[in-house]
Formats: sequence, structure tokens, C-alpha cells
Amino acid sequence: MIALDMQVNACLLSTQSQTCMNDPDLLFKAIADPSRRKLLDVLHEHDGRTLAELCEHLAMARQSVTQHLGLLEAANLVTTQRRGREKLHFLNPVPLQDIYERWIRKFEEPRLRALHQLKRRLESHEP
Amino acid sequence: MTKTTFAYVTYIRTTPERLWEALTTPDFIRQYWFGATAESDWKAGSPWTLKMADGSLADAGEILEAVPGSRLVIKWRNEWKPEFKAEGFALCTMEIEPVADVDVPAVKLSITHSIDRADSGFIGAVSSGWPRILSNLKSLLETGSIVLNPVKPKG
Repeated sequence: MIALDMQVNACLLSTQSQTCMNDPDLLFKAIADPSRRKLLDVLHEHDGRTLAELCEHLAMARQSVTQHLGLLEAANLVTTQRRGREKLHFLNPVPLQDIYERWIRKFEEPRLRALHQLKRRLESHEP
Repeated sequence: MTKTTFAYVTYIRTTPERLWEALTTPDFIRQYWFGATAESDWKAGSPWTLKMADGSLADAGEILEAVPGSRLVIKWRNEWKPEFKAEGFALCTMEIEPVADVDVPAVKLSITHSIDRADSGFIGAVSSGWPRILSNLKSLLETGSIVLNPVKPKG
């Protein structure tokens, strides 16, 4: 856990989340926290928000929100764009899709196949 | 808020040249776009179309910018659903950046899709499709095969 924390810090310090691209440990750590999941929900509801707008939805200090956003950005779950002086935050669901493929779909498919075969057998009255 | 935008990013272990080819080669696009494909000569000012697997027209528009290996901007309108078509043209920007300081060559692909209206149904619809397409594209370039085949149990 300490190693992971250090890694996260290294990512945050590097300011280039690229060095941490596609790191599943960072990704799972990012979604392990309820405040960060709340931030993802808030962005899902309405994308492209500023830090101030996001703070309105969370009962915590601005600095904490900044920290959580940094972690989400390092995990590539949040991307940002500059619009004039404002920094807009966008939900990036692509890594979640990767989790789905790696950790859910793989285990779900044999079960769906089994159900499908059962249905065919029952409907065709085969033994 | 007078705009609906989404901005998706994925990192792919490939080169900018290969990724550009993947984004602009109709037969390759078909493999990760669930059978649909885009056609154009991929030069600024040229027409662009996206056709569904059965050949019917889904979207159409124009290439606004094309810098091979780096940037593609498409003026994009839905042609299939009247209510989406009525929303007018959206802008889709694809940016490719090489990732520095990694052992294996990798690129960052950023896709931004936006339209000048609030709560766009069209942007809502395409934004839900992009993550699956990008995951497919990533698997295809990194491993040579896609993970997500459309699941269509018969019967």
C-alpha cells in the first residue's frame, strides 16, 4: 500500500499522467474512494465542469477536491481542457471499459453461453 | 452551458503512423467500429461518410483538418435519426501525441466530440459508443484482435 501511495505521488508530481498510463493499480485505487466515485458521478451527469462547480457537489475543502481530481487524472479517468482561464474537467470512461472487458465480460461470457445453450435445448425439446 | 462536449483519452502501445492508418483505413475501421466504417480521402475539404454494416448512411460531413500522424478534425452530422440530424453539425477532433519516456513506443489518442447546443442527444449517443470503439481499437493495435465481438445470442 505504501508502495502504491508512493507511485501515485510520483504520478501526481510528474504532472504527466502519461508515465502512469494504463496502470490498473492506479485505476482501482482511484475508484476505491467514495468521494472520487461521487466526482465521477457528478461528471457523468454533466461533463466539462470547473473546479468551483465540482466543489459545490462535495462537502470538502477545495484542496481535497483538487487532490482527488489529481488522482483521477493520473488514472486517466478524468481529462482536462483549457478554455481561456478556466480548466474544464471531463469524465473519461475508457479505462472503465477496459476494466469491464478484463474483469467482467470475461467471466460473464461462459455463463451467458451456458444459459443460451440451455434455452436452445429446452426449446427444441432435445434431451 | 451552450455546448455539449465529451473528451475521451486512451493510451495505445503503437506508433503515430500505425494509429493514423487505423483511423483512416476503411477495412481496418470496420474491425473496431462494430462493422461500420468511415470513408474519405482524408484531406482537408474532402467529404467524409460513416456507413453502417449494412451499407446505409449513418453520418456524413467534411474533413476540416488532416495532419497525418497527428490531427484529424471532422465536421460530423448524423443522417440517420431525424432528431439528431436536426441538431446540425458536430465537431470531432482526434489528436495523436507520442508518449515520451516509455520503454515501448506508445501514443496518446484524444477524441473530443462537441456541438454548439446544450444537452445534445446526438453527443449523448455517440459518447456512449466511443469507449467501446476505443477499447476495440486499442486491443486490435496492441494484440491484433478485438475483445468485444457483438454478443448476439440467437434463438
